[in-house]
Amino acid sequence: MTASKKPLIEMKNIEKHFGSVIALAGVSVDVYPGECHCLLGDNGAGKSTFIKTMSGVHKPTKGEIFFEGKPLNFERPRDAIRAGIATVYQDLAMIPLMSVSRNFFMGNEPERKVGPFSFFDHEKANEVTMSEMKKMGINLRGPDQAVGTLSGGERQTVAIARAVHFGAKVLILDEPTSALGVRQTSNVLATVDKVRKQGIAVVFITHNVRHAMAVGDTFTVLNRGKTLGTAKRGEITPEELQELMAGGQELATLEGSLGGTV
Amino acid sequence: MSDSANVDANVDERVKEMSSFRKSLIRPELGGICGTVAVFVFFALFAFDSGMFNSQGILNWSIVSAQFMIIAVGACLLMIAGEFDLSVGSMIGFAGMMIAIFSVTLGWPVWLSILIAFVMCVAIGALNGIIVVRTGLPSFIVTLASLFILRGFTIYLPQTVERKTIIGGVRDAAEGDWLGAIFGSKIFTGLFQWFGDIGLLATFARGNRAGQPVVDGIPMLIVWALILVVFGHILLTRTKFGNWIFASGGDAQAARYVGVPVNRVKILMFMFTAFCACIFATCQVMEFGSAGADRGLLKEFEAIIAVVIGGALLTGGYGSVIGAALGALIFGVVQQGLFFAGVESSLFRVFLGVILLLAVILNTYIRRMITGEK
Repeated sequence: MTASKKPLIEMKNIEKHFGSVIALAGVSVDVYPGECHCLLGDNGAGKSTFIKTMSGVHKPTKGEIFFEGKPLNFERPRDAIRAGIATVYQDLAMIPLMSVSRNFFMGNEPERKVGPFSFFDHEKANEVTMSEMKKMGINLRGPDQAVGTLSGGERQTVAIARAVHFGAKVLILDEPTSALGVRQTSNVLATVDKVRKQGIAVVFITHNVRHAMAVGDTFTVLNRGKTLGTAKRGEITPEELQELMAGGQELATLEGSLGGTV
Repeated sequence: MSDSANVDANVDERVKEMSSFRKSLIRPELGGICGTVAVFVFFALFAFDSGMFNSQGILNWSIVSAQFMIIAVGACLLMIAGEFDLSVGSMIGFAGMMIAIFSVTLGWPVWLSILIAFVMCVAIGALNGIIVVRTGLPSFIVTLASLFILRGFTIYLPQTVERKTIIGGVRDAAEGDWLGAIFGSKIFTGLFQWFGDIGLLATFARGNRAGQPVVDGIPMLIVWALILVVFGHILLTRTKFGNWIFASGGDAQAARYVGVPVNRVKILMFMFTAFCACIFATCQVMEFGSAGADRGLLKEFEAIIAVVIGGALLTGGYGSVIGAALGALIFGVVQQGLFFAGVESSLFRVFLGVILLLAVILNTYIRRMITGEK
């Protein structure tokens, strides 16, 4: 664990208002390299708004963002990507009709110069794609295999591998496991673990406590636009997390009748 | 999955070995290739003696196919980028009319008239694109509006300045013009004369062209078509920008998230489509020596049909320029072939409708195979 290092990203008292709606009312989170920071919260808690602020989609109404100690002001998502903050969205990671290698290099195409013209270097793209996929444990039929033929978990893995390959220092995963089956989920969680061990900071958004406990080093619970607290692994039990997420209401009684399986 | 490297792990027993036939099916050009072969076999059987496959006949359907190809390349790249342009036909009429008005009515040099027409068309294309991108409206509606606006002006302007809807005299004006020649002349005329002299090509026996070959060169129209097809194909498959075209049409939001300038790609493709329409118009005006207000009618649909026959998906993100070119070839060969075979020409539309339907069904099936839905 490298948690003793300085934080890679410090988000201080972030507020975001949409008109009269206060989506975030002062959220502070520090993310450290090599650490998986789980962001938990029920629907409407402000998780999505918060990560969109981190990835440059939204500008915070108030509050400061420090990246590697320097204050940051993202105008566009592109700025965040350039700074090394990559976001993998649940449904929008890949384009199914395009091949894996075309998807992998989408927006970052390798080029080969022939005279005054630059061409897409397919050979290099295919080679890199195959080796990166092998590292992540996905065996492709070929680099020209369409992404549409991959499973949901594999698509997430390709998107994560892509972000890592292009030098992400912070990887934001927006509910990567919520639409996946058991086996695919464990594949994605294993990928997260691999990425973390490479010293990359992972921000993992989920509303599933089990998935969070499986890979998380730090847990922050959001509720109604506020931080309910940040805890380190071992300082908190799944039950406590669950209760925080639900705001402690009613779930206790529900959980009783469901036998603690929520 | 038979690589020796993966024997140990992760060979998914549920992934069936893909037959090479099925693999070859997953190519956007497949429909176009099959269609082209079928069409040539058909006409070779039923219209071989009609003169369709002698030098004049070949030139005849090559020119028609080349016309379709020019607009199909633009429509193809635009469709892969996820948009349509229904104003192509009106753009052809408009561009031709502008050239005629500038060069004949106003007496400007032809090269200047052509250049201004190009600038106007590309600007209108950009405007189409900007409106689509900014408003988020379907390009179908936006370009439908341009279809009527442009056609209206194309009819109104010549009536206002010349009191007629056809302006002639462009050929005289274009005599000796360098840019006019790039669109209206023929190449390899010396070579074809030599072919005629050595008896490889039939020559005229009588009249004032006696001794000249019946086909005296390759029209620049065909050269333009080939240049555009090669350019479009390389752009789409071999460049970074080509990847962006696929990405913009495949899933614009996903492409934006990884930094692809989707709006710029789409606007540029609208401009390119307009550019292709203007090339078509210029070649046509140089060939006929006149511009008519009804030129280019229905061309937008013919371009889209050629592209769809060529394997592109109407929803964007998938397709091939070579396929679109083959679609255009099928189009031209059938249109002229029916004429050679002595078939009532209205049946051509029946054929169009049928082949369009078949192509769309085939494409849907292919897409399911690629994305593994079925």
